[in-house]
Amino acid sequence: MRSLINILDLSTDELDELIAVAMDIINNPAKYSEACKGKKLATLFFEPSTRTRLSFEAAMYELGGNVLSVAGADTSSAAKGESVADTAKVISCYADIIAMRHSKEGAPLVAAMNATVPVINAGDGGHNHPTQTLADLLTIYREKGRLGNMTVGLCGDLKFGRTVHSLIAALSRYEGISFVLISPEELKLPEYVENDIIVKNGIDYTVTSDLTEAMRKLDILYMTRVQRERFFNEEDYLRLKDSYILTPEKLENAKESLSILHPLPRVNEISVAIDNDPRACYFKQVLNGKFMRMALILKLLGIKL
Amino acid sequence: MNIDAIKNGIVIDHIAAGKGMELYHLLGLDNLDCSVAIIKNVNSRKMGKKDIIKIDAAIDVDMDILGYVDPDATINIIRDGKRVEKRKINLPEMLTNVIFCKNPRCITATEQELPHVFKLADREKRVYRCIYCDTNAK
Repeated sequence: MRSLINILDLSTDELDELIAVAMDIINNPAKYSEACKGKKLATLFFEPSTRTRLSFEAAMYELGGNVLSVAGADTSSAAKGESVADTAKVISCYADIIAMRHSKEGAPLVAAMNATVPVINAGDGGHNHPTQTLADLLTIYREKGRLGNMTVGLCGDLKFGRTVHSLIAALSRYEGISFVLISPEELKLPEYVENDIIVKNGIDYTVTSDLTEAMRKLDILYMTRVQRERFFNEEDYLRLKDSYILTPEKLENAKESLSILHPLPRVNEISVAIDNDPRACYFKQVLNGKFMRMALILKLLGIKL
Repeated sequence: MNIDAIKNGIVIDHIAAGKGMELYHLLGLDNLDCSVAIIKNVNSRKMGKKDIIKIDAAIDVDMDILGYVDPDATINIIRDGKRVEKRKINLPEMLTNVIFCKNPRCITATEQELPHVFKLADREKRVYRCIYCDTNAK
């Protein structure tokens, strides 16, 4: 029984296989419309989320399966003090697969250690968010036709941005990747990601606080939101939230082939004026996320078509 | 300074000077009824100074704790006053409830019954990382 807690739980061969299945789903949706008939997905979201939960639920419905949903810690037994381990054991009795989001880092791992069905980490605090990375990877693949040999700029909250950590980990395994890390000093990439993934793998990277200066080199620009809920201190949030806003002016030096990604939700870090730019890929990313979640559910349930 | 030789028990030798007391507490030697000697700052040809712990009983020593605190120490098993075995110590791959995660965002911060488990992430630099949240042990 497999779970997905960290994107590195999947080998590059498995990532390629998921992308191949997702592409097949895109091209032949009818073939998959009853693939999960009789199966149930439980979505346990102990932290607010709209898109990720709906994406998982849409994915399961499009595979012909059913969904059991818990939305919010305040409406679940967690409010009564039930442990994550117990919740996982109980939900295993009802569902065939679990997608869990939790504010505490490592909670989905605890669930996976105790569940008798596969657990998918749908985001654990500022730590990991592997299915967003699957969405990012499919988007990059569909835009560029490859996952290696490119310069990827990551901008905004690199400290608490869990999608950034997972994407760096995933892309670091492909040939010819270089990173440009663009953030204010306070929101720099954590040392364990920089040293243990980028430095250890001998990957070329630069660190800067200047988005405009970095722009000309980039093939991919991955924007992130400075999230209020990641700060202990409101003052720090207010001071930093507008640090990196992408505007048409900042794109003046960008390549024509640039792809702009964002895990969403966006607040104001990408101007709406950019939405119609052909380089904007963030809404395509949402759709790609659903296809990759479909492919992942099939893989973890051991269903091959 | 004379310390009686032990008949049946354990001698932990080649402990880095200054780490003897830390080991004494972490290994729970303060809970033993038998004689335990901590000898600090003993002259050593190899190490300059070293600490030694002598335990006058054949107890099970937690090798993970020992390996974590000082992987260069050695264990000597003594029977009938003679050394019958010398064990080398390795840096353990996993540590359970030896060190504790200090990250307030880690699941172990709210779920108190969870074991604190750390995995060896870098043998050369002796870095351990929480399996739940990836925070480095301090």
